[in-house]
Amino acid sequence: MSALHQKSLRELAAGLAAREFSSVELAEHFLQRIRAFDHDLNCLITVCDKEALRQAGLADERIQKGEGGPLTGIPLIHKDIFCTRGVKTSCGSFMLDNFVSPYDATVVERLAGAGMVMLGKANMDEFAMGSSNETSHYGPVKNPWDTERVPGGSSGGSAAAVAARLAPAATGTDTGGSIRQPAALCGITGLKPTYGRVSRWGMIAFASSLDQAGPMARSAEDCALLLAAMAGFDEKDSTSANRPVDDYAAALEASVKGVRIGMVKEFFEEGLDAGMAAAMDEAMAALKKLGAELVEVSLPHSKYSVPAYYVVAPAECSSNLARFDGVRFGHRCKEPKDLEDLYKRSRSEGFGAEVKRRIMIGTYALSAGYYDAYYLKAQQVRQVIADDFREAFRRVDLLLGPASPETAFRLGEKSSDPVAMYLSDIYTIAVNLAGLPALSMPAPLVEGLPAGLQLIGNYFEEGRLLNVAHQLQRTTDWHLQTPGGYA
Amino acid sequence: MTLERDDVAKIAHLARLAVSEAELDALRGELSGILDLVEQMEALDTAGIAPMAHPLEMHQRLRPDVVTEENRREQYQAVAPLVERGLYLVPRVIE
Repeated sequence: MSALHQKSLRELAAGLAAREFSSVELAEHFLQRIRAFDHDLNCLITVCDKEALRQAGLADERIQKGEGGPLTGIPLIHKDIFCTRGVKTSCGSFMLDNFVSPYDATVVERLAGAGMVMLGKANMDEFAMGSSNETSHYGPVKNPWDTERVPGGSSGGSAAAVAARLAPAATGTDTGGSIRQPAALCGITGLKPTYGRVSRWGMIAFASSLDQAGPMARSAEDCALLLAAMAGFDEKDSTSANRPVDDYAAALEASVKGVRIGMVKEFFEEGLDAGMAAAMDEAMAALKKLGAELVEVSLPHSKYSVPAYYVVAPAECSSNLARFDGVRFGHRCKEPKDLEDLYKRSRSEGFGAEVKRRIMIGTYALSAGYYDAYYLKAQQVRQVIADDFREAFRRVDLLLGPASPETAFRLGEKSSDPVAMYLSDIYTIAVNLAGLPALSMPAPLVEGLPAGLQLIGNYFEEGRLLNVAHQLQRTTDWHLQTPGGYA
Repeated sequence: MTLERDDVAKIAHLARLAVSEAELDALRGELSGILDLVEQMEALDTAGIAPMAHPLEMHQRLRPDVVTEENRREQYQAVAPLVERGLYLVPRVIE
């Protein structure tokens, strides 16, 4: 029998149903692993020992009464961007270091309703702004594959925790790649759903037209089970998609034969690491063996996605983060001499350097006289990029490419150069601008480090994405590789 | 695009961020670098393209005009930095 922390969600549910172990034992097992490993990795900002055991006890009662579902009694970690009632919700920022949320995010509520047990809250880049988890007020997360390296970001704590088997599942959010890039760098499977598929209510806003929550786990099958519980219309989110949720678990089993997959030409050009390219070749060969048809397609304007994103995202961020004023919640400076001093010092003391840079870029782009040159232009570029995808999906069912140009980089390697850091999301950002679903899944290791294969689907085709990923994972073992010392 | 120190100071004020003299120089370089990246957009001709504000074509939903929220002032004010008798306190605005 494999160790509890190596079991899939389906195996865990079966073990719970057969009383091989209880939910309390499961929670204790993972809490024990958190105590043993997280001192080094720093994946968690808050550990909820007592509350986890209480929730696990309730889950055990539900299972005993035969009222459990596929996720009942299974532990998970929430990214600290999701509001959790009665539990500190910091968003990785000193600004919210003292914030205990008065309510639960819809995602938290739904997964709790499914009977999942919250072990704690995951470390992240401050306000989800970063690609390395180094902008967190709570210090960087270490990549379990090599603790000298970053786990990616912004959902770095979630990705590293799942990779190190500190939890079987975690939630993440993806505004420009923040689920897929850390999933790639840590060797796990992470899905960013279609914009509007999962409720944003209670998820601290960064860029509201891009933000989307999704599951992070070790396999596509696990992600399908999690997404089924997370997705769906929520009247509390004004941009929630009001359409039925597909049966993702059922979709997994379809054959891949004849599925047309477009290899995005621009994602394989200069800038892609040679080892990464070889890993992609191996993954594509495995897809062909399953009967998928691979063709080359072009997203000719994808090179404009990073520039357009760094107008749209900062503009929306400067507006969203205006709420942090030292008055209603969050950090407040000491002895303000007037209202302006209260705003300015509370914000300057509360926010870190990267958040301030983005607020300032966004403020500039939206300021009088610059709106047309920056914000309007970026929205037009966004349309052109979305059109590229529309055109590509006329020819193919899915798109494919690497999730990141290179494997995990070293801590400190890019932290002093914002633009170099921004370019690590070069293959993920266009998807957010268009609002499409995409996932990253493990490809073969490159020099001992994980490489992420990205699959991009058409709107609301999460089922197809998960299906192809699952079929690939049925015939390969890249997703089963465990970082040394965590097996 | 190269920003001047004065530009950075003005942006900081608009964003209600206090920035020290020493920080101004570093920010000037960093923000100018980011704007250089952003301005790569200019190479693309977008004349006549409709701006895309949002990924999904959807209309703002309307709901019936009925009370859906209960008063949770005490709960929300429990996390406020400074309140008194149900009011948020700020420095004096009108002398």
